[in-house]
Amino acid sequence: MVGIVLRVNGIERRAEVQPRLLLVHFLREHLGLTGTHVGCDSSQCGACTVILDGKAVKSCTVLAVQADGTDVLTIEGLASGGRLHPLQEGFWAEHGLQCGFCTPGMIMAAYQLLQRNPNPNERDIREAIRGNLCRCTGYQRIITAIQYAARAMGEMDANR
Amino acid sequence: MRTDRDLPPRPLGEGRGEGFRERQSPSGIGARLKRREDPRLLSGRGTYVDDIRLPDMLYLKVLRSPYAHARIARIDTSQAQSLPGVVTVLTGREARPLTPPLPVAAVIPDLKVPEHYALPIEKVCYAGEAVAAVVASDSYIAADALACIEVEYEPLPAIVDLEQALQPQAPLVHEEFGTNVAYRFQLGEVDDTFGGADVVVRQRMENQRLIPNSMEPRGIVAYYREALREATRSEPMRVLSGVEGASSPAEPMARGPASLVIWLSTQGPHLVRTQLASMLNIPEHQIQVIAPEVGGAFGAKLNIYGEELLAIVLARQLGRPIKWIEERSEHMAATSHGRGQVAYLEAGVKRDGTITALRLRIIADMGAYHHVLTPVAPFQTATLITGCYTIPALAVEITGVFTSKTPTDPYRGYGRAEAAYYIERAMDLVARELEMDPVAVRRRNFIRPEQFPYMNPFGHTYDSGDYERSLSRALEMLDYDRVRREQARLRQGGRYIGIGLSTYVWRAGFPSVSIPPGMQFLLGGWESATIQIAPTGAVTVRTGTSPHGQGLETTMAQIVSDCLGVPIDDIRVVHGDTEAVPYGMGTMGSRSLCNGGSAVLLAAEQLKEKAIRMAAHVFQAAREEIVYQSGRMFSKSFPERVITIQEVTRLAYHGADLPAGIAAGMEASAIFDPANFTSPFGTHICVVEVDIDTGDVKIVRYIAVDDCGRVVNPMIVEGQIQGGVAQGVGQALLEGAVYGDDGQLLTGSFLTYAMPTSTELPLLEMDRTETPTPVNPLGAKGVGEAGAIGAPPAVVNAVVDALSPFGITHLDMPLWPEKVWRAIQQARGHRQ
Repeated sequence: MVGIVLRVNGIERRAEVQPRLLLVHFLREHLGLTGTHVGCDSSQCGACTVILDGKAVKSCTVLAVQADGTDVLTIEGLASGGRLHPLQEGFWAEHGLQCGFCTPGMIMAAYQLLQRNPNPNERDIREAIRGNLCRCTGYQRIITAIQYAARAMGEMDANR
Repeated sequence: MRTDRDLPPRPLGEGRGEGFRERQSPSGIGARLKRREDPRLLSGRGTYVDDIRLPDMLYLKVLRSPYAHARIARIDTSQAQSLPGVVTVLTGREARPLTPPLPVAAVIPDLKVPEHYALPIEKVCYAGEAVAAVVASDSYIAADALACIEVEYEPLPAIVDLEQALQPQAPLVHEEFGTNVAYRFQLGEVDDTFGGADVVVRQRMENQRLIPNSMEPRGIVAYYREALREATRSEPMRVLSGVEGASSPAEPMARGPASLVIWLSTQGPHLVRTQLASMLNIPEHQIQVIAPEVGGAFGAKLNIYGEELLAIVLARQLGRPIKWIEERSEHMAATSHGRGQVAYLEAGVKRDGTITALRLRIIADMGAYHHVLTPVAPFQTATLITGCYTIPALAVEITGVFTSKTPTDPYRGYGRAEAAYYIERAMDLVARELEMDPVAVRRRNFIRPEQFPYMNPFGHTYDSGDYERSLSRALEMLDYDRVRREQARLRQGGRYIGIGLSTYVWRAGFPSVSIPPGMQFLLGGWESATIQIAPTGAVTVRTGTSPHGQGLETTMAQIVSDCLGVPIDDIRVVHGDTEAVPYGMGTMGSRSLCNGGSAVLLAAEQLKEKAIRMAAHVFQAAREEIVYQSGRMFSKSFPERVITIQEVTRLAYHGADLPAGIAAGMEASAIFDPANFTSPFGTHICVVEVDIDTGDVKIVRYIAVDDCGRVVNPMIVEGQIQGGVAQGVGQALLEGAVYGDDGQLLTGSFLTYAMPTSTELPLLEMDRTETPTPVNPLGAKGVGEAGAIGAPPAVVNAVVDALSPFGITHLDMPLWPEKVWRAIQQARGHRQ
């Protein structure tokens, strides 16, 4: 067993874990943060995407011990002060989800995109979420949801 | 494949990603209301099966056969058994006394039903079939234990190809039958004159196997409360014919909560409960089945699978909760696949394009076993092979075939997508043969609006439709004539544009009656609803449907809000728990809104009627005097006195002063069973450009004009069509379960199975027509499967149209660049 210390959604977490434990299982099983989902076993689907030190990673391909000393953001940490994040608002307003299983990972991938590129065009969005599979929506409304969020975040910045 | 964003769409027209034009209304029928289920799903607070943890829970994993066909000579589990943390290891021999055969609900004469158990004893019949099971204290240990199980196989020859499976010397999947034919069925007859046809067009077509791939894999948590054992029943209660109960002792009748509680990623909790009761000799009232959040299903979560049964019987045996969660590679190999047909079509046609007769021979892939509905799909295909056309003479021959592959079962569009594909391809083949415009051939043969209800030669009745209207609208959106001219102009410059039409029709919302041969299901097509208004005015709607992404918590609330005029926020929709909702059939076959929503509407109307009679009593007025408006009632003679539904509800609960014949409380239940299927339809037009040097197909425009009758929430309907088209485009261009000759699944993960990604799908240009159905009070036709049915022929017709200068008349799906490129190369070779 290996001792790790990391911040998850702003809270410091200490744990003794097996070296082989995957980060996604640490989040889900040890911390009870079950919003991060497992949709495949080959790192293709992106349902497990979280933000690790500012970068979107597939947490099924990261060991918990590799996350030692890092800062992790999951879907549970996205809303603040009882308000949904503009991405969550966008997915809601634009019907960017149906069954909801891919949604947390999709939103975290979009989160990274908007951090890096606040004004993405359609092509940028398509490329950014290419590693995240959705079987329900055909992506059309995920794209408009992310555009909605980009607009909303732009307006928030402008008002700041 | 590229998408429209790569190419300036100007030469072929503008207009991308447009939604429906809409009607405004705040929260009732027709409102574009944001989904009420979304906040929890968006914040990671939804509870899918894998999110459930119970104290003392154990984890199940199964070992799968690497061979498609092999005898199991020996299994050594001793090493696995001795691993710390392993609770039990089970082989087929040890599991057999615990696990009854897996259910088959299809009723087909002389159907061969192979023995199918959770774990086989003698031999495996497809790669990925489970051969042993491990239960351990955590899933990592269970995985370690699987690696320690030694299985000695004696490989046997596998049979993969459907038509080779029918050859006399083919290896047999089930030797005991002496054949790979599961059944044959003949409907109708057409002689060689084809009803006086001038020309007969013939084409062999494949409808390839698809893997459903809901993003949430299958999963179960099973919990058996052993402490509740009490009295026993001597005779098991059974509903399912053909399912023998297990040899375990008869089950106790207990007081208190149900003995067996399972959380299952399923589309039909009650169907599961009924089947389990029959299979396990547990009284049905002792079983609670809960479908928590279900992350997509697409038809593949109707069945009770072997792993799920193992989890249940082991939870019962070990007295501890057991969780089993499918991995994606397991989903690819062992969850039912969809489609899997080869069809030979012959269409007799007059010179003017009139179809005189149609003959179809369907060879349908069962895979290695039957799941619950495996053999039924071709009957759906047969009865709908007329599409939206008046075809006077029909004959369909069906051959169900066993192969050494994963069993097939429903997948979005089940049986009807195949029919639409064959007939819509046939229309283009006829057009090509007669050198007519594909639009003209379709118009020549359409069932006309005044012909509805229209019964086809197989007795299937189309409820309502206006095919010309959706076709005209789609042609107008495309500016068809102009794009045809552009196509000719661009062709001069060596660019290959294709325009593909699909004027599709299908059927949804299956009824209990008027179901054609081969379709008799174990239970009916009716659906249930209960609505309760609590004394405080809070409304709870309980539906027997079991949504898993369709947004029924929103649409059902809209129906109630519309009918009763109560605020949408006062309405909660409950589903997916056999202890919380009335018996229902669940969500499949695009039935939830048309059948389930109609039940909700009927129940709401009962409450409205009760409220009106209560108001009449309060106002000392005749019932006919009362006007109901947005949840408020008044008498025509004293309109200034108003009473609300909330107020009469309180009076109804008080119960002291009720009109004669009115009971206390405010609750109503309804069952709705339609007299017939609905027939949703539409026109999809796909414009593609084919790169003839690479075979790459790019969708330039995609127009979808759909008619699903009355629309409750246009936003949700659009989403259903967009998602369905994504799966249909996936079938046409990308997806396919591919097996090697040895029966190995070569597309066993997302690395190799080409699920459409964000960069491969077009933005749809959408509109709709609205032709209400007379078969249900809501007027809704169902929409869930529309896109998956409409899209494949539109895309394939477009690609074949693009390649017509090469003399190419047909290509089988999926239209991978290599396949397209080879066809072009071959055609060029012939011409040189």
